[in-house]
Amino acid sequence: MRALTFHGTHDVRVDTVPDPEIINPRDAIIKITSTAICGSDLHLYDGVIPAVLEGDILGHEFMGEVVETGKKSTLKKGQRVVVPFTISCGSCFACNKKQYSACDNSNPVEKQDMTEMMFGQAVGGLFGYSHLTGGYSGGQAEYVRVPFSDVGPIVVPDELEDDKVLFLSDILPTGWMAAENAEIEDGDTVAVWGCGPVGLFAVQSALHMGAHRVIAIDHHPHRLELAKSKGAEILDFKQTNVMEALLEMTGGIGPDAVIDAVGMESHGFAFDSQANMMNVADTIKQKVGIGADRGGALREAIFACRKGGRLSMPGVYGGYLDKFPLGALMEKGLQVRTGQTHVQRYTKELLELIREDKIDTTYMISHRLSLEDAPLGYKNFKDNANEWTKVVLKPALEPA
Amino acid sequence: MSHYDERRPYSEYDTDDYDADYDTDWNELDWSDEHARSSRVATGTALALGAAGIALAAVAVGVYRHKAEIANRPADSAPDRAAKDMHRSDGKAVAGKTVLINRPRVELFKFWENYDNLQQFMKNVEHVETQGDKSIWKIAAPAGQSVTVETELVERRENELLSWKSTANSQIETEGHIAFRDAPAGRGTYVEAVVQYKPPVGQFGRMIAKLFRREPGVQARHELKRFKMLMETGEIATSHHYIHDDV
Repeated sequence: MRALTFHGTHDVRVDTVPDPEIINPRDAIIKITSTAICGSDLHLYDGVIPAVLEGDILGHEFMGEVVETGKKSTLKKGQRVVVPFTISCGSCFACNKKQYSACDNSNPVEKQDMTEMMFGQAVGGLFGYSHLTGGYSGGQAEYVRVPFSDVGPIVVPDELEDDKVLFLSDILPTGWMAAENAEIEDGDTVAVWGCGPVGLFAVQSALHMGAHRVIAIDHHPHRLELAKSKGAEILDFKQTNVMEALLEMTGGIGPDAVIDAVGMESHGFAFDSQANMMNVADTIKQKVGIGADRGGALREAIFACRKGGRLSMPGVYGGYLDKFPLGALMEKGLQVRTGQTHVQRYTKELLELIREDKIDTTYMISHRLSLEDAPLGYKNFKDNANEWTKVVLKPALEPA
Repeated sequence: MSHYDERRPYSEYDTDDYDADYDTDWNELDWSDEHARSSRVATGTALALGAAGIALAAVAVGVYRHKAEIANRPADSAPDRAAKDMHRSDGKAVAGKTVLINRPRVELFKFWENYDNLQQFMKNVEHVETQGDKSIWKIAAPAGQSVTVETELVERRENELLSWKSTANSQIETEGHIAFRDAPAGRGTYVEAVVQYKPPVGQFGRMIAKLFRREPGVQARHELKRFKMLMETGEIATSHHYIHDDV
C-alpha cells in the first residue's frame, strides 16, 4: 500500500510499504477514506519529538471502512468508523476511570521503558506518534491496523459525510476537553492561545459550555478571522500587547481560565514581554538540541490568568522547560489540567452535537489533497499557516 | 577588647589586634632566592598532597558515617528492593516488581499456577517442564545463550503466594516468590514478583546482562507487564504492522 513515511526533519515521503495485517484478536483493518494532518504532526515534521524512526508511518486523525476483523473485534466489515488517536484497552484501571489516554496496556512492553525513564510511568499508545507512544503505524496511508478495535472506533451514520465526522478522531474532542478542563462558570472570560484547529474547537466548545466571552490569540489574520466567525474576540500578538489587552478587557483581573492550544513550538520572537524574552532563549536551545520545549504561550497564559483561575493545556509538550513561572502558578493559586485527550470519553456526545448541527466542524478545512500529495500538505501547513488551516488527505483523490 | 559584648555596638569593636596576627608584608619576602623558591615549592606540594589526603580521608569517614547512619535508621515502609544500596552481603541481587491487575486474585493465581500458561507472556522462558514439585526451566540469557534452572516449590498458599528456589541441578542460584494481594476499592489485585539471584559472573555479569535486557529485574518488569496485558485485555499489545514485522 501507499503511506506517508518519516525520513527526517522536514522530509516526509509517500512510499510503498507492506499492507497491515490482523495480529491480535481484537484488531481490525481499516481502509482509510479520510485522514488529516494534525498541528501536532508538525512537531514530528520539525524533528522536536524524539524516537521517530525513518520509515515510520505518520498520521493519527483518520476514518474509513472496516475491511477485516480479528475474532474478538466487535466491528463488522463494511462499517464506517472514525478511530480515536489514543489507543485504549478499555479494561485497565485508567480506562475504567475513563482516562483513556492513560491506558496501561496499549503501549507495547518493550517501548514502555523509554517513557518510564522520561516521565516516571509509561504513557499510553497513540497512532503514528513516535516510538515513545508505542511506535504504531499511523493512518496517513491506504490501510491501518487498529488494535482494541472493540473499544476505540465509533461507527458513524452514512448520512454524515467524512468531513463532518473526521475530527472526532482528535481535534474536536481535544478542543472540547480543553474547554471542559477550563471548568467554565457563569460570567467567565476564557482566553485561548493559538487559533489552529484545536484552538478553534476550544473557542466553539467554551462558548457552547457557557463562557461569557472568549478571547482568541494568534498572529495569522485568517486564523483570527475564523475564530472571530465562531464568536471569539481576537487579539493579534503582532500588533497588540496581549498581557495588557487581557487585563484591560477584564477589569484588571485577567481571564478566569486560560487555554494553551499552542504547545512546544510557540512563536513570539520578540523582546516585548517577559514571556517572549524567555521564548527566544527556548527557541535557541531547541534549535541546538539542548532544550525540548518552547513555552512562550504557556508562560504568557500563566502571567495573564486571574488569581485562583484555571490553566488548561491541550498543547503538546514532550520534555523539559526552563524558566517556568512556577511562582506565579503557586502564588496565584492556579488550577492546572492537561493531558492527551481521553477521546473515547467524548465521541458519542460529540457525534450527537454534529448530527444535530450544533457544532460546525468543516469550516476550518482549507485543503483536500490526495494521499500522494501529503508532503505538499505538510510543507504548506507549516510554511503557509495563515491560508492552510487544515489539510485533509483522501486516498481516493487523484494527485494534483 | 575584642570579646563579644552584646551591650556594645559593633562599631566600637577594636579589630586592630585581630589583624596584627596575620599581618604579613608580602613585598618583604625574597622571591629572587632560587633555593628558597624550590623549598617553597616542595613545601607547597607536600601541603597540597597532605590536604588531598585529608580530604580523601574526610570523604571516606563521611561515607562510613553515612552508611552507619543509614544502618541505624528505623525501618520505613518500603519493600527491601527499593533500598538505595542494592548489594546484599551474600552476593545475591534482588529484583522485584509489583503491578496492579484489574482482575480477581483467584483468577490470577489459578492462571499463574498452571506453568503451561507462563510461556504465553514470559518471552525469555524457552521451555518449562514440570515433574511434581520440581520444574525445569530453559531461560534465554545474553548473547544468544540460555541457562537451565531447576526449581522446587518451597511454599504454596492458595490464592496468595507461590515461592520457589533453585536446586543443585541449576546453572544459576535463584529463589523467589509471586504474591497476590487484593487491591483496595475493587481495583483488582497487586501482583508482586521477587527474584533473588546470584549473577553469573558477579556484578559485571549483571551489568552485561542488563545491557542485553536479560537482567532478571528487567525481565521481571517486562514479564509482569505482559501478564497484566494478557489478563486485562486477553492479548499482548504489539505495534507490529504485519505478522512478520520485526521493528
